Amino acid sequence: MFPKVKSPLSFVNAFFEGLGEVSLLCVKTFKSLFKKPWEKGIFIQQLEEIGVRSLPVVSLTAAFGGLVFGLQTYVGFHRYIGPGSESYGGPIISLGLSKELIPILVGLMVTGRVGSAMTAEIGTMRITEQVDALFSLGADPIRYLVVPRTLASFIMLPILTIYGDIIGIAAGFFYNVYMMGVNRVIYIRNTMMYMELWDLFSGLIKAAVFGIIIALIGCWQGLKAEGGAEGVGRATTRTVVIASILILIVNFFLSKALPADIGR
Amino acid sequence: MIRVVDLHKAFGGNKVLRGVNFRLRRGETLVIIGQSGCGKSVLLKHIMGILKPDRGKVFVDDVEITSLREDELHAITRKFGMLFQGTALFDSMTVGENVAFGLERYTDYSREKIKDLVRENLAKVGLRDIENLMPYELSGGMRKRVGLARAIAYKPDIILYDEPSTGIDPIRADAINDLIIRMKKEMNATELIITHDMVSAYKIADRIGMLYEGKIIEVGTPEEIENSKNPIVQQFIHGRAEGPIENW
Ligand SMILES: Nc1ncnc2c1ncn2[C@@H]1O[C@H](COP(=O)(O)OP(=O)(O)O)[C@@H](O)[C@H]1O
Ligand SMILES: [Mg+2]
Repeated sequence: MFPKVKSPLSFVNAFFEGLGEVSLLCVKTFKSLFKKPWEKGIFIQQLEEIGVRSLPVVSLTAAFGGLVFGLQTYVGFHRYIGPGSESYGGPIISLGLSKELIPILVGLMVTGRVGSAMTAEIGTMRITEQVDALFSLGADPIRYLVVPRTLASFIMLPILTIYGDIIGIAAGFFYNVYMMGVNRVIYIRNTMMYMELWDLFSGLIKAAVFGIIIALIGCWQGLKAEGGAEGVGRATTRTVVIASILILIVNFFLSKALPADIGR
Repeated sequence: MIRVVDLHKAFGGNKVLRGVNFRLRRGETLVIIGQSGCGKSVLLKHIMGILKPDRGKVFVDDVEITSLREDELHAITRKFGMLFQGTALFDSMTVGENVAFGLERYTDYSREKIKDLVRENLAKVGLRDIENLMPYELSGGMRKRVGLARAIAYKPDIILYDEPSTGIDPIRADAINDLIIRMKKEMNATELIITHDMVSAYKIADRIGMLYEGKIIEVGTPEEIENSKNPIVQQFIHGRAEGPIENW
């Protein structure tokens, strides 16, 4: 009659239960990586789904991310250092984009596009007993469903990130040089002087971690979906929320843990 | 062939199985009847190792399967073919790919051989030239047949049927019953069938067992069940609303 009030303890409980389940899935997935048969068909299909089909979304978000970032850096230098200093925005834009903004944008976009779809697809298979059918026909659901998705996501996120880096940095350049009239030669020279390969590379490491997070959360929620179509819908929402939050939290700790620059 | 001993399973506070015991002998067709939601599907899933019990044991050819690791279960699931309640056809694959699925994983036959076997098994269930259709293009009865073809394609020793005649019209349901009887003759298989359709049960069973409140309360030949003194069995087989079974 009255809605059951959940004690704070039950949330803590749910948190650790979830953590346990995901860790277990992670271990199982890793172990299954080296077992035969190797599901090549699904892997390639997932590479396409995660990679190729995310290109439009990544293009748009990276372009506009680069534009606003370019815009505010211009404002910042103009205001605090003074006119003429705006060309120093170049290295800051490329640093901020490649290390933080682009990996996060790609992670969040792929979560929305692909993580949710993984939950919806596997969740539907779960409630229509197709997951049990896989098992009964000799295909371990983890090896068949989770491994190819996780691997594809792990590979594709860094690739999407490189692509997004190029678009974003170009957009920042375009804004400063062509829209605000910053000197092109100095902008490029500053960028080349202060930008390091490591900036790009550490962004790619992050993206690979995000890729694993997205696939594991998406598959985990799908595999434990119950309660009909409505339940699958709820699981899909949970995937987006959980994976997005995790990406932002893990991103901070990775930024902290990865060295700011190497070889200096 | 299969021995289930004191099987218990609860989901949260919902105690579904509360000490199930029965045997399935080689070559026999055992039909398990029971109300909707009484745990028939859950029981079937324990026999194949899809679900793990809270307590109790399942022996398949004298191997205790509930303690096996997932990779050790592969050899066990190979012995079973299962027709799922909602058919559980893979809806991202064609009919042909569905039927080939078990063959690809349980055998090392060549592509051509698998293709032939797919055609042969579809013919066995009375279907022809539908390999390239998608499951959603089929009628309910056809889906059941494809599900059956997929389950028997790799020649399992034991076929499990989860409500094979539910959800299709009586005529098609009877055709499925005939198919079950024919499968058994042709493949020499042992069968465990779950249903709440008494007409099918009488027609196909060697023995009938009734699952009620988490236990098998009675097992016997169709005649024995028909003449059972147990009022719960009597109420169920005659489909009466009044009696010891609560009707909601
Ligand atoms: N995976 C599961 N998680 C929680 N409850 C389940 C699960 N599978 C089945 N149940 C519950 O177990 C009971 C028996 O279900 P089932 O075996 O499907 O019944 P039926 O006899 O109609 O096949 C139902 O109350 C159902 O809600
Ligand atoms: Mg059922």
